[in-house]
Amino acid sequence: MAVATPAVAEAASRTRNPVLAFGRAQPLGAVSLVAIVAMMFGGIFAELVAPYDPLAIDFGSMLAGPSIEHWFGTDAFGRDILSRVIYGARTALVIGFTSSFIGSTAGAIVGTASAYFGGRLDSVIQRFVDILLSFPIIVLALVVVAVLGRTLVLGIDVNLIFAIAVPILPKVARVVRAAALSVRAMPYIDAARAAGYSHLRIIVRHMAPNLVAPYIIMLTAYIAQAILLEASLSFLGLGVTEPTPAWGLMLSGNASDFFREAPWMILFPGIAISVAVFAFNLFGDAMRDWLDPKFKL
Amino acid sequence: MLRYAIHRLLLMIPTLIGVAIVVFFMLRVVPGDVVEVKLRGDGGNVSEETLKLERQRLGLDKPLIAQFGDWMIGLATLDLGKSMWTDRPVIEEIGIRLELSLQVAVMATIIAVLIAIPMGTLAALLRDSWIDYVVRLVTIGGLAVPSFWLGMLLMLSLLTLFNWLPPITFTPLYVDPVANLTQLIWPALAVGYRYSAVVARMVRSSLLEVLNEDYIRTARAKGVFENIVVSRHALRNALLPAITVIGLEFAFLIGGLVVTEQVFNLNGIGKLFVQSVSRNDFTLIQGMVMMIALFYMLVNLTVDMLYAAFDPRIRYR
Repeated sequence: MAVATPAVAEAASRTRNPVLAFGRAQPLGAVSLVAIVAMMFGGIFAELVAPYDPLAIDFGSMLAGPSIEHWFGTDAFGRDILSRVIYGARTALVIGFTSSFIGSTAGAIVGTASAYFGGRLDSVIQRFVDILLSFPIIVLALVVVAVLGRTLVLGIDVNLIFAIAVPILPKVARVVRAAALSVRAMPYIDAARAAGYSHLRIIVRHMAPNLVAPYIIMLTAYIAQAILLEASLSFLGLGVTEPTPAWGLMLSGNASDFFREAPWMILFPGIAISVAVFAFNLFGDAMRDWLDPKFKL
Repeated sequence: MLRYAIHRLLLMIPTLIGVAIVVFFMLRVVPGDVVEVKLRGDGGNVSEETLKLERQRLGLDKPLIAQFGDWMIGLATLDLGKSMWTDRPVIEEIGIRLELSLQVAVMATIIAVLIAIPMGTLAALLRDSWIDYVVRLVTIGGLAVPSFWLGMLLMLSLLTLFNWLPPITFTPLYVDPVANLTQLIWPALAVGYRYSAVVARMVRSSLLEVLNEDYIRTARAKGVFENIVVSRHALRNALLPAITVIGLEFAFLIGGLVVTEQVFNLNGIGKLFVQSVSRNDFTLIQGMVMMIALFYMLVNLTVDMLYAAFDPRIRYR
């Protein structure tokens, strides 16, 4: 969105530190990066940051409004909402990162292979991608949830991560394939083939380095989508389950019964989702402008 | 043109068959079925014998290939089978809920178009002014705020400001338009915000692109009034990509409805889908997936046809 003027771009390339260079070229992206880092800090060090145990039930202070003791108030079980929001950041980030990473990586592999080998393999893969693309991501995720059920590892549902990764795969595959097609037409690929290198070596050593930019752009862009999708699925009761703190889950169940008496129950988790998605969206946009301004998602 | 449309319609058949195959086998790869959820879901102590009988009745005991054959034959005769949970025909289950969801979708589209096109146009014309910044902020917000949370906030404000909540029972438009609209406007707004954000961003960026074209400079140089330059020369071209987005988002509205109907307790397609998933109701999931895919393809085709109608350079053969 923000068009980098030549002077800015030059200053950016002169600076050694890539984080500083990114901050100078993309101020909005830098602001969102700060928000993301703050979220990660809260998520990683939740035990130290959160004032209460997110699972501690306290019937003495049920549905208490925001106060000095409970900044964001408490829920119907007297659990501290601020602590649950902080622990919820951990859930959202873990699921957001891993599912976007799995979906984008698998998509990039499929897209690159499809472009490199071409021919019948390419058309079969593309028809399959077409089929997957004709569904809204949440519908696809719900079907995968229906298929896989739940498998808990360390309190996180791995099948949920997979369900969120599946709808990301075809989108990344489509975009990476397009980029890979233009890389494949480069003379150095012909040269590598003429030199008799194996397919694997050509893909890994010659094509992959030139596909990193679209891969990183897609990866960051889909973290926001993944967090939103996790929140939606948890809200529907088909994602993260109680008692694990998750933002979407905090909006469902008795939150909707008591939201008149205790509006803070729905206010803060919703703000947390919005801010997180907002920050990752801005950051994704900034990464795109920085790495490849012409790239279209 | 007509030949092209027929060709495209015929091309849908193999894709739909592909969808049917994929969804059928996906659902049956992993153990667990509707019978277990239905009879043992509440921790009830039901004998294996009963489960077996129920599976037999639903045809779940047949070999996979036989079940698949039934599914394919059913599709060929346009019979989606019966819901494994309620025993009512899938078509009927979908049919009674379609009106509500379709109406919310159409209303959301109208809201989105009415808001997005002026907003995007204004932002592009007044680029980098404060109006542009506000529009950009509001639209990025639209992509970030979950529609179900927006719905809850809407309900909360209705409750605190007017002490009123939209009714839960659905009144069709032709029975009582006022009751119908006051009920459905809120979910339509909740879904429409994101929708309008997506469209407004598209209108803004494509109008900015068009405004840089040579023919716009030519028109201005000729001394054409600025509002005619914008409305006749720029907008007509800039709206083409917007139409695509409107169409695609319309086809995907079912995704937004899945969560929003839950918030407003509306018994529509989205809620039915969530129910069928949590109940492992295979036939109903299959039927809905086929319907969504078909709907998406038809919308896609319509968008392509509209393209040709709006842009005389595009001719399909």
